[in-house]
Amino acid sequence: MEQKEIIRIEGLTKRFSGKNGEVVALENIDLSVNEGEIFGIIGLSGAGKSTLVRCINLLERPTAGRVFVNGQELSSLSDKELRLARRGIGMIFQQFNLLMQSTALDNICFPLLLAGVNKKEAEKRALELLEIVGLSDKKNAYPAQLSGGQKQRIAIARALANEPKVLLCDEATSALDPTTTRSILSLLKEINERLGITIIVITHEMRVVEEICSRVAILDASHVVELGSVQEIFRKPKTAAARRLLFPGKENGAAVGIGERLLRIVFDGMTPFEPVIANMVLACGAPVNIMFANTRAIEGKTVGQMIVQLPESEEAVSRIEAYLNTQNITFEEVKEDVL
Amino acid sequence: MFSKEMLKLFLEGTAETFYMVLVSTLAAYLIGLPLGVVLVVSEKDGIRPMPGLNRILGILINLLRSAPFLILLVALTPVTRAIVGTSLGSTATIVPLVIGSAPFIARMVESSIKEVDAGVIEAAQSMGASPMQIVMRVMLPEAKPSLTVGAAIAITTILGYSAMAGFVGGGGLGTIAVNYGVYRYQTDVMLFTLALLVLIVQAFQEVGMRIANRIDKRKK
Repeated sequence: MEQKEIIRIEGLTKRFSGKNGEVVALENIDLSVNEGEIFGIIGLSGAGKSTLVRCINLLERPTAGRVFVNGQELSSLSDKELRLARRGIGMIFQQFNLLMQSTALDNICFPLLLAGVNKKEAEKRALELLEIVGLSDKKNAYPAQLSGGQKQRIAIARALANEPKVLLCDEATSALDPTTTRSILSLLKEINERLGITIIVITHEMRVVEEICSRVAILDASHVVELGSVQEIFRKPKTAAARRLLFPGKENGAAVGIGERLLRIVFDGMTPFEPVIANMVLACGAPVNIMFANTRAIEGKTVGQMIVQLPESEEAVSRIEAYLNTQNITFEEVKEDVL
Repeated sequence: MFSKEMLKLFLEGTAETFYMVLVSTLAAYLIGLPLGVVLVVSEKDGIRPMPGLNRILGILINLLRSAPFLILLVALTPVTRAIVGTSLGSTATIVPLVIGSAPFIARMVESSIKEVDAGVIEAAQSMGASPMQIVMRVMLPEAKPSLTVGAAIAITTILGYSAMAGFVGGGGLGTIAVNYGVYRYQTDVMLFTLALLVLIVQAFQEVGMRIANRIDKRKK
């Protein structure tokens, strides 16, 4: 399938002048997002991801660099043209940002009325959108009467009202509990598949990226340090920042085997999990200590990773490595600080 | 004290006070509301930054607000005469009342609008709302409960100012209190007007708070 680019960011730099001199939020970012994909931008807090997403619809003006959305260079537009272009870019937020004094229905009508649609048409469209997000029965409720998940659904409906090509999600699930997060993510996925809207997801949670993104950029200290398919980055994280995001449970299991050699084994969904380790132990006649293991679903495939503590004997280690090679299993030796 | 004439006097005084206060509040809001909006919008990181205008307005408002109302009342006599033709009576008092309270209202409006969640304004911007649309469709509707509380405070403050105008023949309950209570030592008349003023303040405040509570949809 020919991939068409919908967002291109070139040499984007953003500096803020604060009380303590200048702060660099983003430096020389190059990024491109294809039409119809769900693209993740992940990083720890302070990495600059919220600034980056705001540079996409120019809520923040870049200090340098260019931003293209839908073939239009946003940074070159006049205020009026920019307002028009923004209608093609929906956005949802961590704190939902609904009009608190308006009903759910009026909140969804709001962007339509801004765009000059008449009240009757707007309400008709808003009712359809309420249907899509599954909250038709809440049309007359005020935000204060809704749960967090319901508020985000209304916000999603509102963001979709003007039929945008792109939807920006700024930590959209960070204020929600895990169950609600999953339901919002599956709604986003459904919207992506049904309406073909390109979605940019900003998050600090790896599980969000794993659940819905096809590609991901890792942002660390104002730079994109890694970029690729989620599977690729999951299998072979190249940077410390990526590893930090992959192993959030650093405290667990660190007590045993500090300073010992560790091996990270990745299961890519082709080979089943348990027999490999059991067979490896049997075939090599050497025990291993399992330090960390988890499985996740990435784009429908179950993938897993396991960190094992290797036996002391060098010879046993080389036997294990040889065995894994014959089984075509990805592995790498890792330092103890990943745990 | 409660002779027919006195009752008529109180009734007329109350009516005059209501007339002065309501007309002044309305007129002061016509000036103060847009002024307050401009103060917020033109701020350095406002939705339509105009730092120069913001500073000038801020200084002007502070200047007017630092003059005690009684002084302003006297100082504005020529202006009042030029507009109304006289500086006596309730209609004349409306002029200094409006000039004295508009800056105060502007500040109240400013603080009410600043309470509106910046995130909601950002969301409106992300949808392509113009500054005017943000003022009319986001800031003012979202700040409505707080603006209502502010209006109750403004109206009671103006009521207090109007009573002060009694010293310079401003009409209304204030004049009765001054003429009978201060100049003729009829303490009972003064106390009764005071009681009336207290009642009116209570009524305005209570009604204002109730309306604000009723229209605020942030409460479940």
